[in-house]
Amino acid sequence: MPTLPIVLIVLAIAVAAYLLARSRAQRAAAREGRRLHSLPNYYGWTGALYAAGPALLLLAVWLVAQPVATRMAVWPVLEAEAAPNAQPALLMADVQRLAAGIDAAVASGRVPAAEAGDIPAEELRELMAGQGVALGSDVTPATRQAALRWRGLSAGGDLARTLAVIGLALVGAAFGVSRAKPDFRARNAVETAMRGTLIGAALLAILTTVGIVLALIFNTIEFFRLYPAAEFFFGSTWSPSFGGGSELGILPLLWGTLYISIIALLVAVPIGLFAAIYLAEYAHKNVRSWAKPMLEMLAGIPTIVYGLFALLTVGPLLVDLFGRNGALGVNWMQGGTAVMTAGLVMGIMLIPFVSSLSDDIINAVPQSLRDGSLGLGATRSETVRQVVLPAALPGIVGAVLLAASRAIGETMIVVLGAGAAARLSMNPFDAMTTVTAKIVSQLTGDADFSSPEALVAFALGMTLFVITLALNVVALWIVRRYREQYE
Amino acid sequence: MNDMRTMDNAVNHDTKITARDVHVHYGTTHAIKGVDVDIADRTVTAFIGPSGCGKSTFLRCLNRMNDTIPGALVTGEIKIDEADIYDPRVDPVQLRAKVGMVFQKPNPFPKSIYDNVAYGPKIHGMARNKADLDEIVEKALRRGAIWDEVKDRLHAPGTGLSGGQQQRLCIARAVATEPEILLMDEPCSALDPIATAQVEELIDELKQNFSVVIVTHSMQQAARVSQRTAFFHLGHLVEFGETGKIFTNPEDSRTESYISGRIG
Repeated sequence: MPTLPIVLIVLAIAVAAYLLARSRAQRAAAREGRRLHSLPNYYGWTGALYAAGPALLLLAVWLVAQPVATRMAVWPVLEAEAAPNAQPALLMADVQRLAAGIDAAVASGRVPAAEAGDIPAEELRELMAGQGVALGSDVTPATRQAALRWRGLSAGGDLARTLAVIGLALVGAAFGVSRAKPDFRARNAVETAMRGTLIGAALLAILTTVGIVLALIFNTIEFFRLYPAAEFFFGSTWSPSFGGGSELGILPLLWGTLYISIIALLVAVPIGLFAAIYLAEYAHKNVRSWAKPMLEMLAGIPTIVYGLFALLTVGPLLVDLFGRNGALGVNWMQGGTAVMTAGLVMGIMLIPFVSSLSDDIINAVPQSLRDGSLGLGATRSETVRQVVLPAALPGIVGAVLLAASRAIGETMIVVLGAGAAARLSMNPFDAMTTVTAKIVSQLTGDADFSSPEALVAFALGMTLFVITLALNVVALWIVRRYREQYE
Repeated sequence: MNDMRTMDNAVNHDTKITARDVHVHYGTTHAIKGVDVDIADRTVTAFIGPSGCGKSTFLRCLNRMNDTIPGALVTGEIKIDEADIYDPRVDPVQLRAKVGMVFQKPNPFPKSIYDNVAYGPKIHGMARNKADLDEIVEKALRRGAIWDEVKDRLHAPGTGLSGGQQQRLCIARAVATEPEILLMDEPCSALDPIATAQVEELIDELKQNFSVVIVTHSMQQAARVSQRTAFFHLGHLVEFGETGKIFTNPEDSRTESYISGRIG
């Protein structure tokens, strides 16, 4: 049975358990002449939770585990015939597609269910083409064998799953209903279930992060097996060639990333900080009420739009100023895409980030400090410079570091604004590229996924992850230390 | 009120602050309603009254701290040494250096003890060199009766001191700019009894050099430290006179009710 009907059946059992448990508790209370410990609905909820909770949990685990188990059971069939360097994942994908195709053929009536296992391998490809399932190559007998095995195991697994989940729901419902007695603390039981749900949500987010890191780590290790780590970290040339013999040094990319980020921060930090000071210290309440949302609207613009702005507006403008025959007559800039273009636009993107965080931090400085300074005859700007900003400094540093980690991870603006040339140059009007932009270009090509040219993307991603993680940790540590100061 | 003023003049010193028909509005709230008062030099004047009676608001008129609150409007006339402090030619920033203020909660800046005290003298350019500044800081800390406790750790953070020490540091910070008047807005309300006693003793010494105006919730404190007392109620100055007389033989029935604990 497919998943959705199973879920619906479980939910129906839960509703029934809710009603039964509630009325059972009420009747028991009336019969024994006692007060219920909790409101009747709580008894209903415990019944429903016992019915649906474990059953749905089992269903979720089963859905993840069954394909893995089936794959492991089917693999021996293929292994004997597989070429030594074949990709198990690709072969298995063919098997799964074939199995699904046979299922579809049976469902549409083109092949009688009983004969599905007797189709010779040679006819399968034609049959599949008729079903709209495209197979990469002719079906080998081993693949056919594996697909048939897959079908058999899946069918058995599906049946067992349906029975187990619905059975568990019924057992849970019975148990939940049987507990619905007046002295059962249903309210506390619901509380526990509530807490469990919340913990589960938090855990899921953490586990996902761990999963992402693990995926990166395995592929990174694979890359370093094919390409020496020292050349990756200290190589100053980036020239991937998919025919082999690439030089994959990260330094030009890191340099581009840092250069663009520094320019972005040089734009964003002063402007964002001054805007925050104005909003927090000088602006009238009415001005603040529309200026702050306006500023924060900048943060809602998708980065691809900033990228277009860089490509179409800022780049040509800079060329008009610094390029050949430009207004300044310096001929520093060869084309519109440059570190400066991307840095300026990224800086604009980061302004609301810096200003919004700094504004909150400046507002958290106690009013009594401002009063104390003003009461001594200091002007507003003296107060801001000498009392408010020093008090808010740790938080502002934290905000800047968070902005920096965003700048380092930014991709679209770089792709459109900075160009694709990996080079080590001091000239901010040269085109350069960043780690993120190269991750995109390495993975979107036609490269073989097991080649170092593609796997390098994971090593780049891992490097970036470590850098931004370190920045975030430092930033959060600083921000937290600052918060404690005034609480 | 006229008879009261003639009596005041008979007490001792010259009049330092004169207020006539002062009204304060916060938006639509009428917080101070026509206050007339004369505050003498080198005297401690206490403002007492129930919460929300306007005593702190009136105090903040005297150094124009109300200017920093959006929507606050002060009308009437307040003169210090015969000069109108609300005259357009008066710079409120300069005025506040002359009229120091100590706040309810100790509010040392997150700087060293030395820098806390040196803050005012530095922004007003009172010291020509480091030695000058050292001298000013020491003098202020001595006047704040805290020199002996902090002289060995002048460069430790001011926020690390105890509550009572912090408040005396704030008083030292306020006197460092050589003000003529010291305004204190419930300076002991966040302190324990021992620290309160120390600060009260300090206030008594300060009156030799300054005109001190103190807002307090504690009638005992007003009786202990002040020579004159003003009773505020619902934005009006109800009664103003010598502290002894206010507490023993008040003229207004509302004053008597407050003193004896029936209102407020």
